[in-house]
Amino acid sequence: MTTTLSEPDRVEAFDRHVAAGGKVEAGDWMPDEYRTALRRFVEMHANSELMGVLPEREWILRAPTLRRKLALTAKVQDEVGHAQLLYRIAEDLGKPREEMIADLLAGRTKFHNVFHYPTRSWADVGIIAWLVDAAAIVAQQALRDSSYAPYARTMRKICWEESVHIMHGRDVVLTMMGGTDDQREMVQEALDRWWGPLMQMHGPPTDPRRDRDLAWRIKGKDNDTLRQEFLNVYVPRVREIGLRLPDPELRQDPDTGRWHYTEPDWRELHAVVTGHGPRSAERLAFRRLNWDQTRWVRDTVMAA
Amino acid sequence: MEPYEVFRQDREGAAMQHAGSVLAPDPGLAAHYARELYGRRQESVRLWVVPRAAIGVVSDPDWLQPPLDRSFKKPAGYSAEIKRKLATARGRAAGEKAGR
Repeated sequence: MTTTLSEPDRVEAFDRHVAAGGKVEAGDWMPDEYRTALRRFVEMHANSELMGVLPEREWILRAPTLRRKLALTAKVQDEVGHAQLLYRIAEDLGKPREEMIADLLAGRTKFHNVFHYPTRSWADVGIIAWLVDAAAIVAQQALRDSSYAPYARTMRKICWEESVHIMHGRDVVLTMMGGTDDQREMVQEALDRWWGPLMQMHGPPTDPRRDRDLAWRIKGKDNDTLRQEFLNVYVPRVREIGLRLPDPELRQDPDTGRWHYTEPDWRELHAVVTGHGPRSAERLAFRRLNWDQTRWVRDTVMAA
Repeated sequence: MEPYEVFRQDREGAAMQHAGSVLAPDPGLAAHYARELYGRRQESVRLWVVPRAAIGVVSDPDWLQPPLDRSFKKPAGYSAEIKRKLATARGRAAGEKAGR
């Protein structure tokens, strides 16, 4: 892009470029609004990866076998690694990492609803790794085409790692389903608790024409499209192993292929992501404690 | 703190490809971070960790994509013509053979 264009022309040329599938690299010129919207989106994603390990972390010491413990530890390590990759992208867009952590710890920025809930049994580990990661990967796969190329490349790496997590979760669930009645009951009970948050996870339907993140192709698909894709693949996979989904309205229209479901509780979603979830305060308190306890490492590194 | 761009190689002999970047106070820590983020799963046999400031970027379309006909440098610039001329040549050769 040449620098001789006037500012409005430059913005218009940029809008046309990304709308036509064009890419933006880290050093490229971009409108301030695009930079801010992109940074907010990636920052929320990074926060979610960082906070998302806390529910699973609770089960590392209680994993039933050494192999499960290794797999769960590796998954937690992967997710923190994703947070590192994503914070790097966000800080490249102009907000220092320390500021992003401070905002997260103070509750000024958000993380995904599913990480505000408690875990009750080992079956939760299976349901989280299988279905929460599956719902997330549907959104993340769409981000591999993001107009911001460093983000798109990072999503390719992240999706590759997430696909291993889903296999691990599906294996945990299938192992329990092949066990005793009590174990099957544990999986069903976990699924019943997680289904509401899972249906809320992609957010309420929005008007795609009024969504700037879509117009700029920061993200690839609107909320309800993502939810439909998730249901399309995972409802059959859940049902085929003898699990019931706790929604009497859930059915697929044979003509359109669209899934009908009970309207998710959007008030619960709003309350949870604004810090009023059942574990929001506890998880943030743990992160604050952890941030303080690891301060000496950062100080040592920076003093070297 | 300085950004370093990380390039990785899947297997010996493959092209180095851009993986991402890390922010580090020195090249030694940059290498550690790169290993942790891009080599943890044995997915890389080699990493290049380069200070971003050392990368010379050339992206001027006047240089790289000048609006000139460069078809004479590419196979596609010949394939259609070759097909047509080959058909003509074969037809002529077949005619000459029949006329003999």
